Amino acid sequence: MSARQTIRRAAAAMRDGSLTSVELTRAALKAASMTESQVHAYLTLDTEGALQAAEMADSELGAGDDRGPLHGIPIALKDNMVTKGIETTCSSRILSGYVPPYSATVVERLEEGGAVITGKTNLDEFAMGSSTEHSAFGPTRNPWDTDRVPGGSSGGSAVTVAVGSALGALGSDTGGSVRQPASLTGVVGMKPTYGLVSRYGLIPFASSLDQIGPFTRTVADAVDVLSVIAGHDPHDATSIPGSVPNLDAGLGRGLDGVKVGVVSEMQRDETEPAVRGAVANIIEQMEANGAKVQEVSLPSFEYALSAYYLIAPAEASANLARFDGVRYGNRVDGANVADMMSKTRADGFGAEVIRRILLGTYALSAGHFDAFYGQALKVRSLVRRDLDAAYEDVDVLVGPTSPTTAFELGAKTADPLTMYLTDVFTIPANLSGHPAISVPVGLDEAGLPIGFQVMAPALGEPTLFQVAEAVESIAAFDQEPELAGSLA
Amino acid sequence: MPIDIDIAHVARLARIELSDAELAEHGRHCADILEHAAKVQALDTEGIQPTSHPLPLVNAFRDDVVTPGRVLARDVVLDQAPAVEDVYFRVPPALEDE
Amino acid sequence: MTTTWEPVIGLETHVELETESKMFCGCPVDFNAEPNTVTCPVCLGLPGALPVPNRRAIDMIMKIGLALNCSISEHTIFHRKNYFYADLPKNYQISQFDLPVCEEGFLDIEGEAGGRVGIERVHQEEDTGKSNHMGGDGRITSAEYSLLDFNRSGVPLVEIVTKPEIRSATQARAYGLELRAVIVSLGVSDAKLEEGSIRFDANISVRPKGATTLGTKVEIKNMNSYRSMERAIAHEVIRQAQVLDDGGRIVQETRHWDEDAGVTRSGRVKEGFSDYRFFSEPDMVPMVIDQEWQDRIAGELPELPSDRRKRYQGMGLGEYQAALVAGSEPELVQMFEGAVDAGGSPPSVANWLTGEVVAALRRSDHSLAASALTISHLVELVGLVESSTISTSAAKAVLAGVLDGEGSPGEVAEARDLLQVSDAGALEAAVGQVISENPEEFERLSGGEQKLIGFFVGQVMKLTGGKADPKVVSGLLRARLSD
Ligand SMILES: [Zn+2]
Repeated sequence: MSARQTIRRAAAAMRDGSLTSVELTRAALKAASMTESQVHAYLTLDTEGALQAAEMADSELGAGDDRGPLHGIPIALKDNMVTKGIETTCSSRILSGYVPPYSATVVERLEEGGAVITGKTNLDEFAMGSSTEHSAFGPTRNPWDTDRVPGGSSGGSAVTVAVGSALGALGSDTGGSVRQPASLTGVVGMKPTYGLVSRYGLIPFASSLDQIGPFTRTVADAVDVLSVIAGHDPHDATSIPGSVPNLDAGLGRGLDGVKVGVVSEMQRDETEPAVRGAVANIIEQMEANGAKVQEVSLPSFEYALSAYYLIAPAEASANLARFDGVRYGNRVDGANVADMMSKTRADGFGAEVIRRILLGTYALSAGHFDAFYGQALKVRSLVRRDLDAAYEDVDVLVGPTSPTTAFELGAKTADPLTMYLTDVFTIPANLSGHPAISVPVGLDEAGLPIGFQVMAPALGEPTLFQVAEAVESIAAFDQEPELAGSLA
Repeated sequence: MPIDIDIAHVARLARIELSDAELAEHGRHCADILEHAAKVQALDTEGIQPTSHPLPLVNAFRDDVVTPGRVLARDVVLDQAPAVEDVYFRVPPALEDE
Repeated sequence: MTTTWEPVIGLETHVELETESKMFCGCPVDFNAEPNTVTCPVCLGLPGALPVPNRRAIDMIMKIGLALNCSISEHTIFHRKNYFYADLPKNYQISQFDLPVCEEGFLDIEGEAGGRVGIERVHQEEDTGKSNHMGGDGRITSAEYSLLDFNRSGVPLVEIVTKPEIRSATQARAYGLELRAVIVSLGVSDAKLEEGSIRFDANISVRPKGATTLGTKVEIKNMNSYRSMERAIAHEVIRQAQVLDDGGRIVQETRHWDEDAGVTRSGRVKEGFSDYRFFSEPDMVPMVIDQEWQDRIAGELPELPSDRRKRYQGMGLGEYQAALVAGSEPELVQMFEGAVDAGGSPPSVANWLTGEVVAALRRSDHSLAASALTISHLVELVGLVESSTISTSAAKAVLAGVLDGEGSPGEVAEARDLLQVSDAGALEAAVGQVISENPEEFERLSGGEQKLIGFFVGQVMKLTGGKADPKVVSGLLRARLSD
């Protein structure tokens, strides 16, 4: 089996003259044309724009104008990041046809870094979901088994990397929306520390939880993507000022002396045996490779999901209020403004989005605020306190990314609550704002990928990547779905 | 404890026009989710400060400076609007004055 | 038994700050721009755009708070106030809820209807766009559609809320005027009621005199002048008392003042209460105002109107005149101060400025800043009158010439031949001529009919084309009589 193409390999090959960005981009576009009809990862594939950017990258690199690790690399964007001149829909009918007049900060940074943007990927509408089934434009399917979901909400981005129709992709992670689909599709998915990557131009789901993060095939590639998009943005008041930590400082340093906490609450009975087995196996080998492993209990974890399902919808109910048919997007006419807005929103939003708006509106409304939203914010403090206490003793926390491998389409759509439970292990890091990553470590008996999650304290990215890379090399996971096109 | 939601009132607050059947279904789902979410009420949070923000940051301001480069041209602004008249966005009449 | 009703009035005042850029984005604050030409992704509420607060607006609200004797909160945050309205782009307004920048202050009002008015809070928020209601008879309720302009969206707005302590319409008006004077003196807004850069809403209820509970309150909007504020409130208090006297019940609602009809009209009945679902704005981080920041702003506070009025009274201005000057536009105040510093007599300078100068500017539709009048011109003009070099009536003509750019007052007086003649020698001949032309009247004057002095002075003035100094003329006449 030939070695899989990665960002680092391609970047090196472009610099020693054995590969051009145009060749690499054509390979990605070919992979898209071979797989899209089966997986539907892209909403918009910008073939022309991508090839133009690739030609530009080749001529710049040829002239010695090197823009860094993503120069000439095909990258896909989740369709909730605005792109000037390219339709941006959030997979919602209310925004279908919307062409933004400005680009998100991450998009500008990718462009400045010479990346080749291949297109916009499918998601659960407004990033609300864990399966990429809640898209107004049809679901994305898992390339390992197209009867199954790729996870979500950033399922489209995950799948582009899994099938090679992009070498890297950006997703947004509000409750696990990067890590969970990475886990279900066998790629690396990372959520940075809240505030490390600008949210300007990310159409928000829940502002205090959302964070943009990379999908890649390797941990080192994730470092490269993050290094291009991270850093203070004066247009995002929640962006962390000052310089970005040295992201690759820990790469290649192994596990010797690293203190690893195994979260008791993440070894739950509901977790599939194959997932538990794979995770336990990795932890054992981490210890064999020099890590100091200890069990850690985080009692508030049990309440994190509940708090999340109050906080996120509450923020969303306000964030999505602007979609009213007045200034952009689609409109359904009405006799008066209120009528027009109510019809527009009923028609434009899917059932899951409406459900969360209603939930959030209720949680914030008079008479219920203290019991629901107010209490959830206090639970958030407890989760954070538990995590802070844990990090006094350990460098990282580990466990499964998702309690299950990929489930079948339609399996959880009837009962929203079961769908929400798939995020149970990823949500705590969103509540605390801490970085976390999912690394593929193997397949279950059905041949479906299993993800291993590493979490670190705020701005602990260097250690996070160090441990994730060590896990990656222990697992030596190098399989890819049969569907995947071969990238030259 | 089952949670009683005036889902029609909530939908009105959220400006979403739903049929009775849709209201009933959303009401049921919301009640289920809230019942699960009500777990948070079991926790003793006496003396705990709420966290509305994961960052310990404060005072992120901008200087009082005009950035003309970010101002949008009028045709760009109106181009995406569902209804326009002359140089304005056009909407149906307001019934109420809030 | 008839009940004596006592009004309970609270005022909510919105002030648009005169920053260069908007509250949360870099769009210019420009009220003269063509519709929908000063917007950006942030103030248009485009998907994905994020707000970043303007530091100078916070400086300004702190100035207002300190001038109103408020305490400044060390820890303060923004909230989202959720309601749907077509000219509110995000369908929530970024405002403040339970942690405003300023709390617990007061403003002292002088005069008959004076007293101390408690300030509950002063908070920062953003303005909405503008709706133009089209068709029908122009009223919102009968409009056929609305046209929206978002230029004003995101302009920094400060809301000042009094405690429900105002006890009369007259006091409400006095508070409004004094608050406006404070805002203007701080240089944070031009606070023009007619242009909407200061807006007042009143919350009014009545209760039996001596009662301690509050009645149902009604909100009054659309008070477009200080006079209409007083009229609207007075009318509403009487209306409520009548409703209650007739055994009726006050409905919690918003009423609009109809200036022409002199009545308040019912707008919308509020559904019990508004559910704004306030929650802390997650797109921004908390503001911490430390002592150093507060001290810096306190150090920048200018003299406040009440102190200024006292100082002007100390210069010899009457109470009314002191208030008039102190409450005037900043350019006028500056010119007054400059002229006094340059040696002008304060009462005279004040008289001329608030009288003739303001009137002349109004006639010519010019602002003081744009006119040709300088501080040294004003001092010279006042000096010329006081030294009797020109007469008061001539001085008005001289001022007109100066404002028309004809030169300094001396130059204008000379050019227009308006210099007063006080030289006794030069006037002697004119006095002699008038006496010889009116022998009968002079006979009567010599016989003790003193009031004829005026007649002779008038005749001399006529003869000299108004240039004679009347004091010198009457002196010469008296000298002739005693001969
Ligand atoms: Zn703007």
